[in-house]
Amino acid sequence: MRPITFALASLALASSVAAERGSDGHVSIIYWQAPSILNPYLSGGTKDIESSSLILEPLARHDEMGNLVPWLAAEIPTVKNGGVAADLTSITWKLRDDILWSDGSPLTAEDVVFTADYCMNPDGGCAQLADFDNIVAVDALDGSTVRITFDGPKPYPYAALVGATTPILQKNQFENCVGAKAPECTAENFGPIGTGPFRVTDFRPNDVISLEANPNYRDPTKPAFATVTFKGGGDAASAARAVLETGEFDYAWNLQLAPDVLANMEAAGKGAVVSAFGTLVERLMVNLTDPDPDLGDMRSTRDHPHPFLSDIAVRQALSMAIERDLLVEIGYGKAGQPTCNVVPAPAVFASSANDGCLVQDIEAAKKLLDDAGWAMGADGVRAKDGVRLSILYQTSTNAVRQDFQALIKQWWAEIGVETELRNLSASVFFGGDPGSPDTYQKFYADIEMYANNFEGADPEAYLGNWRCGLDPRPDTQWQGPNVPRYCSEAYDALLSEMSQTGDIDERARLGKAMNDMLMQDFVMIPLVHRGRVSAHADSLGGVKLNTWDSELWNVADWHRVK
Amino acid sequence: MTEAVEFTAPPSSQWNDVWHQFKSHRGALVGCLFFVFILLTVAFGPMVWSIDPQYIDIRARNSGMSIAHPLGTDQLGRDTLARVIAGGRTSVAVGVTAMLLSVLLGTFVGVLAGFFPKFDGPLMRFTDLFLALPLLPLLLVMIMLFRDVLRSVLGPESGVFILIVCVIGITSWMQAARIVRGDVLSIKEREFVLASRSVGTPPVRLVIRHILPNILSPIMVSATLGIANAIITESALSFLGLGFPSDFPTWGRLLYDSTDYLQQYPERVLWPGLAISLTVLSVNYMGDGLRDALDPRIRGR
Amino acid sequence: MLQYTIRRTLFAIPTLLLISLVIFLLLDLAPGDPTAQLPLTIPPDVKEKIRVSLGLGEPIHIRYLLWLNQFFVNEPLHILSELTAMDLSGDRQRVISWQTRSPVVDIIVQRLPQTLWVVGLSYVVGVAIALPIGIISAYRQYSWFDQIGTFVSMVGFSVPTFFTGVLLIVVFSVQLNWLPSIYDTTLVVEDWNSFVRQVKQMIMPVMVLALYNAAQISRFMRASMLDNLNQEYVRTARAKGLRERVVILLHVLRNSLIPVVTVIALGIPAVFAGAIITEQVFKVNGLGQLLIISIEATDLPMVQTLTFIFAVLIVAFNLVADILYGILDPRIRYD
Repeated sequence: MRPITFALASLALASSVAAERGSDGHVSIIYWQAPSILNPYLSGGTKDIESSSLILEPLARHDEMGNLVPWLAAEIPTVKNGGVAADLTSITWKLRDDILWSDGSPLTAEDVVFTADYCMNPDGGCAQLADFDNIVAVDALDGSTVRITFDGPKPYPYAALVGATTPILQKNQFENCVGAKAPECTAENFGPIGTGPFRVTDFRPNDVISLEANPNYRDPTKPAFATVTFKGGGDAASAARAVLETGEFDYAWNLQLAPDVLANMEAAGKGAVVSAFGTLVERLMVNLTDPDPDLGDMRSTRDHPHPFLSDIAVRQALSMAIERDLLVEIGYGKAGQPTCNVVPAPAVFASSANDGCLVQDIEAAKKLLDDAGWAMGADGVRAKDGVRLSILYQTSTNAVRQDFQALIKQWWAEIGVETELRNLSASVFFGGDPGSPDTYQKFYADIEMYANNFEGADPEAYLGNWRCGLDPRPDTQWQGPNVPRYCSEAYDALLSEMSQTGDIDERARLGKAMNDMLMQDFVMIPLVHRGRVSAHADSLGGVKLNTWDSELWNVADWHRVK
Repeated sequence: MTEAVEFTAPPSSQWNDVWHQFKSHRGALVGCLFFVFILLTVAFGPMVWSIDPQYIDIRARNSGMSIAHPLGTDQLGRDTLARVIAGGRTSVAVGVTAMLLSVLLGTFVGVLAGFFPKFDGPLMRFTDLFLALPLLPLLLVMIMLFRDVLRSVLGPESGVFILIVCVIGITSWMQAARIVRGDVLSIKEREFVLASRSVGTPPVRLVIRHILPNILSPIMVSATLGIANAIITESALSFLGLGFPSDFPTWGRLLYDSTDYLQQYPERVLWPGLAISLTVLSVNYMGDGLRDALDPRIRGR
Repeated sequence: MLQYTIRRTLFAIPTLLLISLVIFLLLDLAPGDPTAQLPLTIPPDVKEKIRVSLGLGEPIHIRYLLWLNQFFVNEPLHILSELTAMDLSGDRQRVISWQTRSPVVDIIVQRLPQTLWVVGLSYVVGVAIALPIGIISAYRQYSWFDQIGTFVSMVGFSVPTFFTGVLLIVVFSVQLNWLPSIYDTTLVVEDWNSFVRQVKQMIMPVMVLALYNAAQISRFMRASMLDNLNQEYVRTARAKGLRERVVILLHVLRNSLIPVVTVIALGIPAVFAGAIITEQVFKVNGLGQLLIISIEATDLPMVQTLTFIFAVLIVAFNLVADILYGILDPRIRYD
């Protein structure tokens, strides 16, 4: 054991001593969605957050295992080390003392305070505002200490200024860009000064970013690359091709392609496909309310329960008829795992109580429907009291999702459920336009399919989505996260309990209990725990795919393999 | 000399002449036969080849050509032959109807604008407006306004069919209108039109007898290109959720879906691509033949 | 003709204003949401605040007047200030994109070079090969040249560019490794080497688009030539003893150009609109890609401005076409 460790350590030492900033020349990255802006506070898009993570850094972030690691902070504040107040109402961050901005000036607590105020400004339209929920004040205690005070106990205080979504901006640069002026600062938003390994030399919105190594980066041997090209645009297939087949690029992001297509490209031998799992789950949402067009304004609201999906037997039968292994094989390959939970990770929160769904059981599903009184009709569709099991099943347009729709339609046909498929343009489906009938929130369908996840490693806010009263309805302009229109007093009680609980084991127990409740009520039918798939050239070393933070989180360690 | 023949012969034999000329045009005849063949295949093919194009046989996925699946299967194990036949039914129907709608609309607007100066300005500015409208938002608005109405009145399939045909027709008539107008402007100043007008031929008759036959060839070209355009546009519509449900095959969709598999299963793009190209080619040759047959100057040769 | 031109130009102003209003109403009516592309982890109330900060809280007529003011007053003033180095625009708000939060016009100017290089060149190439093919095909109707031309152009038109583009990439980039599959928009042509790289990265997108354009134009050219070749005036010209070349290129061609001019004039604004699919396939990231991602992101100021610029070009080039009709066929009168 020891010799191996020693060998590894000396190897690491050797490489870090030998390396010199910029000695590995140029690296090129392709994202098939092009970044529009380099200020993550003004755009919540993944492409924008990840590209700006080359330049901007947060106080702390999650590593590839999901553990919190200090980044610009000297250590992670906890109750134990006194960083988090015993009553959980404040957290105090201590900055590292060796951090310089790329213009040579030192990072101070003022910058951190400014960043928080910048986002919390009511006129700024900050996209990351939810991370700053419950914050009452952010104060600089001295030049390198910042205290964040909450309006009550905050059992999980690591949302604000942690992770790639909320990095630290330089006060000096953004001082005149606060509030309503935020969008006018084009030069600042396109070329933020950061503490990260690279700085921008040219930014072409929605096209390409050119960067060079930050001369003031804290580690004099890093980054290994002198320049970076970050290209955006096209589609996943062509990005994969550019890395795996033609070798024009070194790294390609989020390659959601059919597994055999990807495997075939990888076989060209120029690069490797890497994958890692976060909390993203592709699921079916069940509409517990009636989407009948004749109801007019009352369509898909809690006033009218669904004619047959309000019967739990039907919902359960729909879930039992699905063979999740096959869905994974067809759609995701290595980048997917069949799942029966809506909270599939981190490990402490992952329940095993619902794993029965992993096995498809058409016969049991039929029996369940028979017992519930849904009798098979002459047309092969079950019915009870004149209500036919006929489902409108919608999702966004995407090759894998359409394959899933076709497969699931056939399985449901086998148990006597008729399905009409509908696919919608993603910009309409995921848009919140209350004038459109086709948004996922309006849910003018019986079943819909999409993927969702939560940020960071704590699911409390995520589980809070299914609280009573958060259902989209006309008087909320059809906004609201409770898409299935679920409401259970027992569930809400567990949520309240969780918001008062700081102990991680106890939180895990509550989280699992809520997950199990949702699963055993079949208001959501999870299908696939989806991973992130990216690809890098064989000559690119140091890639550690991280689904808990930006994929480019450790770009300072990337290097050329010789 | 041909004109003399026409003059004395009864009207029915003029159409005989046209048919005779059409038959003697080799390309037109082959094109016509092939088009009929396509029509018969998509109309009666499902009776002969009875596999359900939506049936998923997951064990047989990605299989090559075999007796069970003459054209192979797709990534879910659906039979490609059945899908090409079923897709053709939709694509040919959409292509031909949408093309007819767009060409008729375009010709009507073009003739009206070209022949009657007082309509020229307003109609052409109207055309400019349609050319300028961004297509995608226009389509999204149409879906929003009309999809559910048509679906409830005509049922999911015919409702969507009518919507698609209208959408394609309404968004593609402008080129034909501009072309027809340009030609009409030029032809209405020709001697034979002036002569006919001077003997007091009413405008409608003038248009039908003298103008239309002389602008037939650009209309034919627009029609041929219009079919190809409609078939491809239909596949683009289904990505917006405006088209047929995703498990409903059409040629454009089959081609798009198989582009990702170009390297592994090149034959999969071949069939829908070939079907579209050959259909368009056959319509093109039919158009050529028809144009020649209707041109009295060529007909005599 | 001059009077006609002036009248049409004046009439174009209310036409364009009306078009801009219709586009604005259409974009507003179309379902879409500038926050649609944000991750679902961002809660709805934050999204609502973003929408308000973008100005979506204002009623539609205010937003339209705001855009008119920004586009027709503030942008020209800004350009003037840039040119004269005087501060004429002051604090005036330019048209700002919702997606990038930067002035729309700057991005359009940034995108123009690659669009003109690739799409413009492909159009020139397309026209340049379509005209001779159309003329020869008509002159030698049903010869082998005509047959091959017909076949190639029909296949070229009916096989969509999303397929031909990928096919070329697979053959020339993946298999043969001759050409790059991704267009480098930052490449500056300054010496022979960079010129060669520029040519290499342009070949495939230009060819894909040129084939598509040439297919269409050559069909109209051929059909129109065929119509004219049998006219009496051709017989007369030949009878007068004019040389065949003169008859064809001077008399027949000139009279056949009207539909071709129409098609070409309709195509030029489309050049500036970019080629959405081809730009996406080759990652050229020109105006076509800008338009499509702006539509997908419901970036209304960007879409409105881009579409309006296209509308101006459409109106302008259709006017050019009408003037050319008069030159090609002096008998045409507008009144």
